[in-house]
Parts: sequence; structure tokens; C-alpha cells
Amino acid sequence: MTLLRFEDVSLHRGGRLLFEGVSFVLGAGERLQVTGQNGVGKSSLIRLAAGLLREASGRIERSPLALADDNVAVDRELTLKQALSFWDGSVGTAMEALGIACLAEVPVRLLSSGQLKRSTLARVAASDAKLWLLDEPLNALDGDGAERLSRIIDAHLTAGGAVLAASHQAIAGEWPKLELGA
Amino acid sequence: MIGALILRDLGRELAGAAWLPVAFFLLVATLVPFAVGPDAQLLARIGPGALWIAALTAALLPIERLIEPDRADGVLDQLALHGVADETTAVAKIAAHWLSFGPLLFIAAFPAAVLLGIDPAALKRLLLSIWIGTPGLAALAVAVAALTAGLPRAGSIAGLLLLPVAVPLLIFAAAFCGDGSNQALALEAAISILLLAGAPFVTAAAIRAART
Repeated sequence: MTLLRFEDVSLHRGGRLLFEGVSFVLGAGERLQVTGQNGVGKSSLIRLAAGLLREASGRIERSPLALADDNVAVDRELTLKQALSFWDGSVGTAMEALGIACLAEVPVRLLSSGQLKRSTLARVAASDAKLWLLDEPLNALDGDGAERLSRIIDAHLTAGGAVLAASHQAIAGEWPKLELGA
Repeated sequence: MIGALILRDLGRELAGAAWLPVAFFLLVATLVPFAVGPDAQLLARIGPGALWIAALTAALLPIERLIEPDRADGVLDQLALHGVADETTAVAKIAAHWLSFGPLLFIAAFPAAVLLGIDPAALKRLLLSIWIGTPGLAALAVAVAALTAGLPRAGSIAGLLLLPVAVPLLIFAAAFCGDGSNQALALEAAISILLLAGAPFVTAAAIRAART
């Protein structure tokens, strides 16, 4: 089952061509890492896949998805559990998996950037979307966080999901690479 | 989702500084007698109009908090990914903003009317015009907030955008307050409905255009 398909996609940003001719298919149980130097368009490709940007040409097919990028999208005044529950009711398991269950009653504004990153990933893990889009998932994560991330990714792929990650760092596991700007 | 969104936004506004526009409104009402002198007849005549100017300027205060925090934090993006149309988000934001602004302004109109010596009949007309005009004003504020979200000095630009568009509302509201025998109230309601109908689409278009 195809969860995400790019067909000869190109993208313009601020009047300049960022990339063109990008084609790939992501099916159930598959993962793909977008790599490339800073500014080559990794994050833009993720936002394009999410449907938050319009492609200049080509075709994109997508199934329901969850996106984790640098924007936390949780209310700072609420406790972490309340804030995450706004998006998906059952966040307990996901918080457990990311090691932030102990922070459930802590106001979001007091969390560190690593804890916020884990929260963002927990929001994605709690959603029932098959397709995960992760933009620089390793940013601000410590060793334990990176390990937990690779564990939830493996579990998600085993359950028939797919993951598209953009990162210039190596993510644990066997990742087919899509090199932008090469 | 729309109900949860309205509740969330309303909670945020009430926990934030929902009292600020109302305090500002009362402050302007207090300044008017100092500026024009203690002539009771004159004050009663210009009072409703002065309060409407106060309401318009008070509506500017919360604009920077209506859309920009959610845009910068990615909440608007996540709502779109959760299948909420940008137009629905806009409607929820307008409803939440009016709930945190309209009723408080309505209550504040009572002490303000006392300060300016507005008689009971004129006060009744003033309250009616506030009741009918503030939904349109809230819709306009949300649309302007979306148009200026992410801009530097958004607050000052928002004033330049909002106040001219609010002029028809001001004209008909003040006309009705001054003399209840004319058709100004119907025209004020028409303007208010026009703003309510158009603002969600303007807001949604602005939210989409701000996605980079």
C-alpha cells in the first residue's frame, strides 16, 4: 500500500528553484531519509509532503499523516499532558515510550528543548496516522532520546506505517537515502 | 474539533489579558470629560460616539495575540494536518475572540455611561449597538490579525488596516445612538454581518499565504 508518492516534483521558494525531479514512493513498512547540506530544501520537502507548501510541478499523493518539526504546537500555559491531549486523546502510551510520562503535570513552558522535542515526537506517536514526517528528529535529543526514537520508529514500521525523515545526521537503523542537491 | 478549539482559544484569552481592552475602554471614557470640560449636556450628546471610538481603539490591543502565537508555534499547521479547514479555524478564532471581548465591553459600557452622563434611553441604544457591532468588530480584528501575523511592528500596521474598514460600523452605530428613530441600526447590523461573513475567508487566505 502506497502511503506517499512523489512524481517528478519541483519546488520554488522565494523565486528560486529549490529542487526538481524528485520522485519516490513510500509504502507500508518503509522508511526514507532525506539528506543534504543546510539550505538544500530538506525541511521544505517535508512541508511539501505534508501539504503545507504547494509544488511548482509534478504530483504528490499522500495518505493521512503526522508531522513533527521544530514547531512544538503545544500550549505553553498548560501541563504537558493537557497540551498533548488537545491533539489526541490517548497520549499516555506515547509519553511513556518517549520517556516523558513523569512530566505529565509539568507546565510546558518549563520544559527544556530536548523535552519539547520528545513531546513533539510523542504527539506524532499518539496520532493514528500511518505516515510520519519527521523534520530533524534528532535535534536537541540526547542519547536516550535518540534510542527511544529509533524504537518507536521500528514499532511504527512493524505496524505497517511509513516514516519520511529529514536529517543531516545519521539516524539509527537501515535508512535508504534520498540526497537533495547532489 | 471546532468546539474544542473555541474553548481553548477562549481559555487562553481569558487567562491572558482579556481585561486589558476593557480597562483601556474605561480609561478613554474617563479622559473624555477631562478633554471637553464638565458640560453635562455636551458630554451626554457626544458620549456614545466617544465610547464607540474607545471601543474601536480597544479592539486593536489584543490583535497581536490572536493569530501570531499559533502561527509561530505551528498550531495552525497542525490544525490543517488534523483535517481542520483554515476557514473553520478562522470561525473558531472569531467566536472565541468575540466571547472574550464583546460581553466584557457590554458590561463596561454601564460605568462608562455613568462617567459621561448618558441618559437611560441613550444607554439602551448604546448597549444594543455594542451587542450588534462587536461581532463584526471581532471578525475584523481576527482578519487583520491574520493579515499582519509575522510582520515586524504588526500592531501599528494592524491599526492602519482595521480602523478605516471599521468606519462604516462607527458611523451607523453612532448615528443610532444619537437618534433611535432612524434606520442606522439595520445598516450597522448589515455591516456587522458582512464583516462576519467575509472575515473567515480573508483570515484563511492570510493563514495559507503565511505558510512558508
